[in-house]
Amino acid sequence: MAFFLETLFGGLMAGMLYSLVALGFVLIYKASGVFNFAQGAMVLFAALAMARFAEWVPLFTGLSQPVLVNLIAFVLAGGVMFIVAWLIERLVLRRLVNQEGTTLLMATLGIAYFLEGLGQSIFGNDIYKIDIGMPKDPVMAFENVFQGGLLINQEDLIAALIAALLVALLSLFFQKTSTGRALRAVADDHQAAQSIGIPLNHIWVIVWCVAGVVALVAGMIWGSKLGVQFSLATIALRALPVVILGGLTSVPGAIIGGLIIGVGEKLSEVFLGPYVGGGIEIWFAYVLALLFLLVRPQGLFGEKIIDRV
Amino acid sequence: MSKVIGEVILDVHNISLSFGGVKALSDISFNVREHEIRAIIGPNGAGKSSMLNCINGVYTPQQGQITFRGQTFSHMDSHQVAVMGVARTFQNLALFKGMSVLDNIMTGRNLRMKSNLLLQALRLGPAEREEIEHRRKVEEIIDFLEIQPFRKTPVGQLPYGLQKRVDLGRALALEPQVLLLDEPMAGMNVEEKQDMCRFILDVNDEFGTTVVLIEHDMGVVMDISDRVVVLDYGKKIGDGTPDEVRRNPEVISAYLGTGH
Amino acid sequence: MFYRENGQFKTSYQADQQIFPIAQDRVFVLLLLLVAFVGVPFLASDYMFRAILIPFVIMALAALGVNILVGYCGQISLGSGAFMAVGAYGAYNFFARVPDMPLLPALIMGGLCATAFGILFGLPSLRVRGLYLAVATLAAQFFSDWMFLRVKWFTLDTPSGSVSVSNLQMFGFPLDSDVSKYLFCLSLLVVIALMAKNLVRGAIGREWMAIRDMDVAAAVIGIRPMYAKLSAFAVSSFIIGVAGGLWAFIYLGSWEPSAFSVDQSFRLLFMVIIGGLGSIMGGFLGAAFIVVLPIFLNQFLPMLAGLAGVEISTTVVSHAELMIFGALIVWFLIVEPHGLAKLWAMGKQKMRVWPFPY
Repeated sequence: MAFFLETLFGGLMAGMLYSLVALGFVLIYKASGVFNFAQGAMVLFAALAMARFAEWVPLFTGLSQPVLVNLIAFVLAGGVMFIVAWLIERLVLRRLVNQEGTTLLMATLGIAYFLEGLGQSIFGNDIYKIDIGMPKDPVMAFENVFQGGLLINQEDLIAALIAALLVALLSLFFQKTSTGRALRAVADDHQAAQSIGIPLNHIWVIVWCVAGVVALVAGMIWGSKLGVQFSLATIALRALPVVILGGLTSVPGAIIGGLIIGVGEKLSEVFLGPYVGGGIEIWFAYVLALLFLLVRPQGLFGEKIIDRV
Repeated sequence: MSKVIGEVILDVHNISLSFGGVKALSDISFNVREHEIRAIIGPNGAGKSSMLNCINGVYTPQQGQITFRGQTFSHMDSHQVAVMGVARTFQNLALFKGMSVLDNIMTGRNLRMKSNLLLQALRLGPAEREEIEHRRKVEEIIDFLEIQPFRKTPVGQLPYGLQKRVDLGRALALEPQVLLLDEPMAGMNVEEKQDMCRFILDVNDEFGTTVVLIEHDMGVVMDISDRVVVLDYGKKIGDGTPDEVRRNPEVISAYLGTGH
Repeated sequence: MFYRENGQFKTSYQADQQIFPIAQDRVFVLLLLLVAFVGVPFLASDYMFRAILIPFVIMALAALGVNILVGYCGQISLGSGAFMAVGAYGAYNFFARVPDMPLLPALIMGGLCATAFGILFGLPSLRVRGLYLAVATLAAQFFSDWMFLRVKWFTLDTPSGSVSVSNLQMFGFPLDSDVSKYLFCLSLLVVIALMAKNLVRGAIGREWMAIRDMDVAAAVIGIRPMYAKLSAFAVSSFIIGVAGGLWAFIYLGSWEPSAFSVDQSFRLLFMVIIGGLGSIMGGFLGAAFIVVLPIFLNQFLPMLAGLAGVEISTTVVSHAELMIFGALIVWFLIVEPHGLAKLWAMGKQKMRVWPFPY
């Protein structure tokens, strides 16, 4: 039982990390109807920026206190992501305004490749460390409930809390601020929003900036866990089934979808894996998404897709 | 020219259709006789296109049935409807923009093309002969609709009036018994409308095709239709010959407002 | 002046509908085939065969398959790598397990395995499209990755997980020289391309394009979406599967599942986008472009940097490759979504009216 719970917790934490990346997808899709395949590349780019800035800041300014250095690196990386967002809107999105979804999707694929190459050119392609002071040792908890206690990974726990905080902030932003309201209007109907004076271009820049910051947080956490390396870009591919499950237009869906996938992957790997040769994690999330597509394409919380002739 | 109007070929019973909370059609019943031209008219949003979509199987009504040639269905399957001989044009021109005029109309012949994949891949005797036979038929339709110079042009590049003719041509390629036309003259000038009327009357006259026509131009409707159904807010408010409908007070108030 | 169709009147539908109605086109294609089959073997070096020509021919075949599915039928697919893998491992199993199995039937059987796989993972296309379909095809990709990595039966239980083939021959002629390999692949490409062109300009091709352009309207005029979509998946995966078999047997010789990873899928998709969706020629142009680009950059960039007095390493070149790739995709989508094939067609159009401007 304890083992099962440990696996469950591990799955929940992993799921939270997926949700962080999935959030970026949902944000951009909600506000512009574009599915951003470049989200993974953005996570990599942001993480690279932060890792390298954290290395360079002490060299240039002589500061060495970790919290301060990391903070400055975070802010600088955030600034870089803003610039990236602005450039993407200016150079790419603006020119593809009336194109259909598939074209935009493939354009974001192109952006993904570009960012991967650019990030590695500017920031280098070794494996870098991000050290934000996360405790690396696992901890024994609930010793009085279960014999021997449950092994919980503190780092994952804190990551999950950060993700939850981020979601709460984003929800507040969408519901309470006027910019958030404008974003929801744009998500609903581009033309209607334009006709009441909402500037589409500004909105898209804002959305991609927010997605960039989300990518930065995701990159920071994943990078702290795994080290910042090229494979981070493939995280986008891992998070794709999450938005299918949760619904492409739903922020809570991204969280719930992430949790389900995280738990499902871990549980199936541990309990089913040995019967089929292991490595189920490679395809579990995707086959689950596939089943959802056949039965309920809009996901758990998404809007139903209607065709009109 | 006199024509013989036959028995009831299409019968619509108590059709109700809603989308979420919006009731598009409420309890609609009417019939269509063979060889006649039946117009469906009504203000915008009355549910006319939705009615055609139900007949075609694009929408499924929550209630009601449709009888075609004696067979009754509560839900029509689009493909089955085409096989049964019902063809259709669309209000918003659902043409295949990437293909030429010729290819668009040729797609209408697909139901009748029998050769399998392998024969097509090798383009041997039977496949080639079939292509040519159907090409001949399509050329007849192109001649009929007077669009010969445009046969190789991608449809997306043609002006609106010509696109509407291609839409009609594609429907005609099915050699249908019933032709559903959704606002075939929308957006046309006087001459184009006259041409379109001529085509519709010719089709009805020469091939005996039954025509169900949604149209806004009252002059056209009164001129060419044999009987008229009037819809308003999803309900039927008139049914009869053009003269009867024209004098119906409910119809008058629906179009012109009360006080007349 | 040279490219006019003046005086070339067609007096039968058959003549009007042939693949190359303009006489100059026919001459051009015949010359091209002559050069490809006869000229190249005499002129090209070993390096050119191994690095450029053979991969180009095989990738052009694969791109042809992808174009049928994505370009003609409008079903976006990110799982092409998986279809190549199934074709390769399918062919391998028939080749290695059945005694005296000749090469060509083994490849065709591999293609048929890919067809079955393609139809199975094509079923979601009946329910969803666009991004959602892309996710379904990715499921095929990752499942195939796992299947050939972990299910030992497919790799004949070799401990290393990689398999190899040798002693390939065709009707008794050994396929050991670069020229023979090239000619074998080229022949297959030409035959399959011809059949594909026939399909695409026939009834099924029109069904595919109708589904692509507006599938609701297609159903209403009597096209069955299920038959059209699944046939597109079937034909496409067959071609991609055969290409996968060729890639494994002829180009690689020995391979592991990672040869057919999701990167391969993206590469094929890019070939088709840059080359031109919905055009048989587009596949060729795109494949040529993507095969030649890395080699070109590898030679050109260091030379360019050398002119500026800078030394650049191969890592820099590979990063630049990624960036140029991505930028080109975006550029093509903005400027000419119909790809190189459209540029080619526009060029021909200019030739038709030359020396007049229009």
